[in-house]
Amino acid sequence: MWKWLHPYAKTERAFALCSKLLPWCWGGAALGLTIGLIWGLAFAPADYQQGDSFRIIYLHVPSAILSMGAYSGMAIAAFIGLVWQIRSADMAVAAIAPVGAVVTFVALFTGAAWGKPMWGTWWVWDARLTSELILLFLYLGVMALYQSFEDKQQGAKAAGILALVGVVNLPIIHYSVEWWNTLHQGATITKFGKPSIAPEMLWPLLISIVGLGLLVAALSLYRLQSEMIRREMHRPWVQAMYTQQEGQ
Amino acid sequence: MNPRRKQRLMAFSAVILVVGGAIGLMLYALGQNIDLFYTPTELVEGKDGVKPQVGQRLRIGGMVVPGSVKRVDDSLAVSFDLMDTGPIVTVSYQGILPDLFREGQGIVATGTLTAANHIEAEEVLAKHDEEYMPPELAEAMKGIKHVKPSEAGYGNKG
Repeated sequence: MWKWLHPYAKTERAFALCSKLLPWCWGGAALGLTIGLIWGLAFAPADYQQGDSFRIIYLHVPSAILSMGAYSGMAIAAFIGLVWQIRSADMAVAAIAPVGAVVTFVALFTGAAWGKPMWGTWWVWDARLTSELILLFLYLGVMALYQSFEDKQQGAKAAGILALVGVVNLPIIHYSVEWWNTLHQGATITKFGKPSIAPEMLWPLLISIVGLGLLVAALSLYRLQSEMIRREMHRPWVQAMYTQQEGQ
Repeated sequence: MNPRRKQRLMAFSAVILVVGGAIGLMLYALGQNIDLFYTPTELVEGKDGVKPQVGQRLRIGGMVVPGSVKRVDDSLAVSFDLMDTGPIVTVSYQGILPDLFREGQGIVATGTLTAANHIEAEEVLAKHDEEYMPPELAEAMKGIKHVKPSEAGYGNKG
């Protein structure tokens, strides 16, 4: 069943796949973010309660969703890397972590900037905000562990275990607003049932989410390619690629 | 799958399950302590059989009872009532209220319990719900027209 995946355990095959996917990701990200953000920030109607301040939702919600999405992707890669010991999966963990960390930081920052005028405070230690902050620390921990071993295999193993253990934080972030009483409001779109947002506000939000998702994918694939080249600098396939380029 | 891979698969799945279970139990044990605030019902009737002491610093969260906002003309002092489903708790506060503060709005106040149902607040934060819609739609659907507190003119000023 998984036989078709096996060739990609070879770094050069995975590298070629990245090269094929990258233009689509960059293009889709540019298109999605341009349409979604301009529509959302300039043309969507203002909110009945929060006025124009609510527009930061078009940055906050996509980055918050993608902070968790990127983590899921990283954890899956870590699991594959640990169990099947596929080197490209280990490199994917290292490639996704900084991208996810930045997205998480953006989610926290835009959340604070939204909280100040609406709630009246930049920060409050409620369950949603705290668990999202822990997510940022998990990303930083994965990055630090990966870098702190002389032997990259060891580093990838340690970072992978931390990434896997951190998965328990994802449901906590998502359900924190239901399990406990918090200052943060409940879910608007990531829930069963009808989204509690007007359609003309919802569409630009969904487009922004897809756009940012593709941007995160593009950045991760790009970093994955760099990591592959860095770690296999002396392998024949990298050498061949560069001599071919010089020959052209 | 060869036996070594199978063994690793089992080992790492077990790690996730055990750590997940441990954190789950920890959160379950901490339980209500993770809550950000007391509701007025919990404050008056007690939470898990424990009533907050007078003099204790705490947070209270509830809905501002319409018509209960009283302002003093010559200072920023304001008092209002909070409720959820039953009992009413009065909050006194001196300072600037957040933009979203309105009658009928959910708010969270930090302060000291000075009597069984009175809180002297140092900080008032506004909560908003997860619904977003244009003003016209809100007026048509809910029959509410929201105004900023500065333009509301309730209390003594009205």
